[in-house]
Amino acid sequence: MSKEETVAKKQGSRYTVRVWRQAGKDKPGQLVDYQVDGIIPNMSFLEMLDVLNEQLTKEGKEAIAFDSDCREGICGMCSLVIDGVAHGPHSGCTTCAVRMRDFPSGSTITIEPFRAKAFPVIKDLVVDRSALDKIIAAGGYVSVNAGAAPDANSILVGKESADRAMDAAACIGCGACVAACPNASASLFTSAKITQLASLPQGQPERKKRVKAMVEEMDRLGFGDCSNHGECEAVCPKEIGINHIAQMRRDYLMATLAP
Amino acid sequence: MSTTLEQDLRAVASPLMNSNIPDGPLESKWTDYKGHMKLVNPANKRKYTIIVVGTGLAGGAAAASLGEMGYNVLNFCIQDSPRRAHSVAAQGGINAAKNYANDGDSVYRLFYDTIKGGDYRAREANVHRLAEVSVNIIDQCAAQGVPFAREYGGALTNRSFGGAQVSRTFYARGQTGQQLLLGAYSSLMRQVHEKTVTLYTRREMLDLVMVDGKARGIVVRNLVTGKLETYAGHAVLLATGGYGTVFYLSTNAVNSNPTAAWRCHKHGALFANPCYTQIHPTCIPQEGDYQSKLTLMSESLRNDGRVWVPKQAGDKRKPNEIPEEERDYFLERRYPAFGNLVPRDIASRAAKLECDNGKGVGLTGKAVYLDFRDAIKRLGQQVVKERYGNLFQMYEEITNEDPYKVPMRIYPASHYTMGGLWVDYNLMTNIPGLFALGEANFSDHGANRLGASALMQGLADGYFVIPYTLGNYLATKQPADNLTTEHEAFKAAAAKVQEMTDKLLSIQGDTTPTEFWRALGKIVWDNVGMGRNEAGLKKAIEEIKALRAEFWKKVKVDGRGDTLNKNLEFAGRVADYLELGELMAIDALHREESCGGHFREEYQQDGEAKRDDEKFCYVAGWKYTGDVSSPELHKEPLHFESIKLQQRDYK
Ligand SMILES: Cc1cc2nc3c(=O)[nH]c(=O)nc-3n(C[C@H](O)[C@H](O)[C@H](O)COP(=O)(O)OP(=O)(O)OC[C@H]3O[C@@H](n4cnc5c(N)ncnc54)[C@H](O)[C@@H]3O)c2cc1C
Ligand code: FES
Repeated sequence: MSKEETVAKKQGSRYTVRVWRQAGKDKPGQLVDYQVDGIIPNMSFLEMLDVLNEQLTKEGKEAIAFDSDCREGICGMCSLVIDGVAHGPHSGCTTCAVRMRDFPSGSTITIEPFRAKAFPVIKDLVVDRSALDKIIAAGGYVSVNAGAAPDANSILVGKESADRAMDAAACIGCGACVAACPNASASLFTSAKITQLASLPQGQPERKKRVKAMVEEMDRLGFGDCSNHGECEAVCPKEIGINHIAQMRRDYLMATLAP
Repeated sequence: MSTTLEQDLRAVASPLMNSNIPDGPLESKWTDYKGHMKLVNPANKRKYTIIVVGTGLAGGAAAASLGEMGYNVLNFCIQDSPRRAHSVAAQGGINAAKNYANDGDSVYRLFYDTIKGGDYRAREANVHRLAEVSVNIIDQCAAQGVPFAREYGGALTNRSFGGAQVSRTFYARGQTGQQLLLGAYSSLMRQVHEKTVTLYTRREMLDLVMVDGKARGIVVRNLVTGKLETYAGHAVLLATGGYGTVFYLSTNAVNSNPTAAWRCHKHGALFANPCYTQIHPTCIPQEGDYQSKLTLMSESLRNDGRVWVPKQAGDKRKPNEIPEEERDYFLERRYPAFGNLVPRDIASRAAKLECDNGKGVGLTGKAVYLDFRDAIKRLGQQVVKERYGNLFQMYEEITNEDPYKVPMRIYPASHYTMGGLWVDYNLMTNIPGLFALGEANFSDHGANRLGASALMQGLADGYFVIPYTLGNYLATKQPADNLTTEHEAFKAAAAKVQEMTDKLLSIQGDTTPTEFWRALGKIVWDNVGMGRNEAGLKKAIEEIKALRAEFWKKVKVDGRGDTLNKNLEFAGRVADYLELGELMAIDALHREESCGGHFREEYQQDGEAKRDDEKFCYVAGWKYTGDVSSPELHKEPLHFESIKLQQRDYK
């Protein structure tokens, strides 16, 4: 251990973390308490878990499995429910952006996986979100082959449309919206892709086909219906609004009435 | 110093490194070559299975395009979804020679800037092709629905980036990498729907399978079940990203790693220019040893911020308590002409030097100040906020300090690697059937990459180069035979991987993989980082060897092999870092010149990198010999026909 680390450890805080442990998909799970020390306020939440995992490995115990990759809020891989809230206490922020200064020293923090029928637990805090990819595969694209595109400026897109598309395209596909929804609906996720493409001229030719295919796939995969709770919008780290869901509904209706 | 276009006669071309550059004038090589390539009969494409490892810009674009053409594609990634590949984190933008800004940009100018930016250590023919296809990339992405920034009139808008005098960078807010990746991902998912592409997520490639001297398959660990799986194909495409994580501290995602490329190297694939690595000067510094991932902040901050450290080593006062006369604005002092705006490598080296002299600030002493006090005085807080508001906010979220009131702390970190698997003009390594794309190859950036050019290269390779060159290889060299994983080579390869897994789990020492990684990172950072010298490199080589030996005696990997086990995944990667780190040092030691990101302290003129074109105007390709410590050096001389070699000058 380096000198700085020893100093940090002395100065840092201690927490009790209550973590969901589950050995595998069909295995029973339970909350288990661990103590972790030497946590400094600017440490990120996931770094705190790294420190705890190093400690567990040293003690010959199995480390806690959790997902993360970019650790800067853009890849959508991190996915924890912290004290009952997907992605933790702040709005507009992913799990990896949560800092330990938000938790009073000595407190107990409960950590659980994103839960939904369509997101089975793989191990501990790691869940299977591949259902989200299946929704995109059903139609979340413009059918254009590489090499077949016209000059980019031959299709003008007004700044407002481009901005609207970008607001929706900011979705990182983390699935917090599903985890937070009482019905475990994927409506916010699905509608974000639908609105992005519906806002652009490039998305028009397949607009009806797309919304139908994606909505039906979402239902087929076991995601629930949307009943306007708005929990999804509250936890979305990219602050994507439920107005997109309204747009998706309108488009879906149009597509089924006048296919 | 400036030399004319002499060809390097001392570098004898290795027969292993035939670049296969087509004949003809530079401007029309690619077009002519494409026009004369052999094609795979459309009805036969389905009979070819292509393994693509990686779903970043390079892998995602390649898998989607090959699927569209009708090949049977198997596509692998470590993450739970292809949309999460590390490319997603790129912020700034992507270059293309569209000349939409009407400011005199052209294919030639982008080509020239890239060669010069790379300090004359890249292949002209590859870079020219890159500049040519850059324009198609923007068309393709716009057609996919990538929401690029636009003018009110609806046309695409551009910004300027370092190393260029024209405005050629396209962007989508601060999320360009994400949007380009989601474009490639959507095309990829369309092919998954069409059943031309089969996705294998949460898989880690751990070995290459060779049959009759050709790349014919891979061994992967299913990261969920822990089982080893083998896959056979007619070609293997690696698009697995760079090796910046060897440094421990880097801006790369935590799962970025060079294992796939390294294991191919151990089958004989040449590793080219491993010492060419890029260090980015404006990262948010480390808070403590537990942290390996650092957050990058845009370099544009140096337009208005002033970099300084206390004059007195060990000064522990708060920054605002240090009076003006006791501050050392070391960039302004040392580089009066460029001041805070010196290029990335110079700014990075200068900051490290101050910290090494005990003048670093913050808890760890590994940071320098970037101060906006004077800019706020001069321009007003509102203007500063308009220019940098989002960066200030990001900084405050991470550090809990308000940069409007207290100077930012910054420190350089590993960001990108120019070196990688050696490939010819077709992006094929010296192993037939093994191709490398994107950051995983060495080909286009020479000794230094310009901002916004990595995204361009990844997509160029995936959408517009490999669909042609792979077809040519299959049509001329690889029949659509029906080799399956029943072949003994697959069983042997899997058994070898299993042996390594068992060994890692059986050691049960007292040191975690992360502790080894951290120790290695420190050696590499101190000696193979921003400033390198003979003594330091020799010392590093010895230290890495010793650390590697200790790893195989003392590593502690908990858990089991037959389940999701992130510790085991990391242990395997760290084992490879411990080998690649040594090769980086060996390469840096052999290259007795300074160029781009490779700064040998012995070879400089007034603090500037000094190239030696007579001796070192070549690509160094290292071949594994069975002993990591004594690789064999092969050379591909670089010939410059269109551009005159010149020394870069920032005075
Ligand atoms: C913070 C940051 C900002 C950047 N900003 C810019 C920018 O503004 N402009 C620019 O041009 N460049 C930028 N870059 C550089 C650029 O993002 C990368 O060089 C580029 O995205 C690399 O793309 P890639 O497709 O080669 O690899 P990656 O995107 O790294 O993808 C690698 C893929 O390979 C998979 N993989 C790796 N190993 C294995 C294995 N063993 N088995 C199976 N799968 C494997 C991964 O899962 C992943 O899918 C930035 C880089 C960083 C770190
Ligand atoms: S780890 Fe990428 S968003 Fe959190």
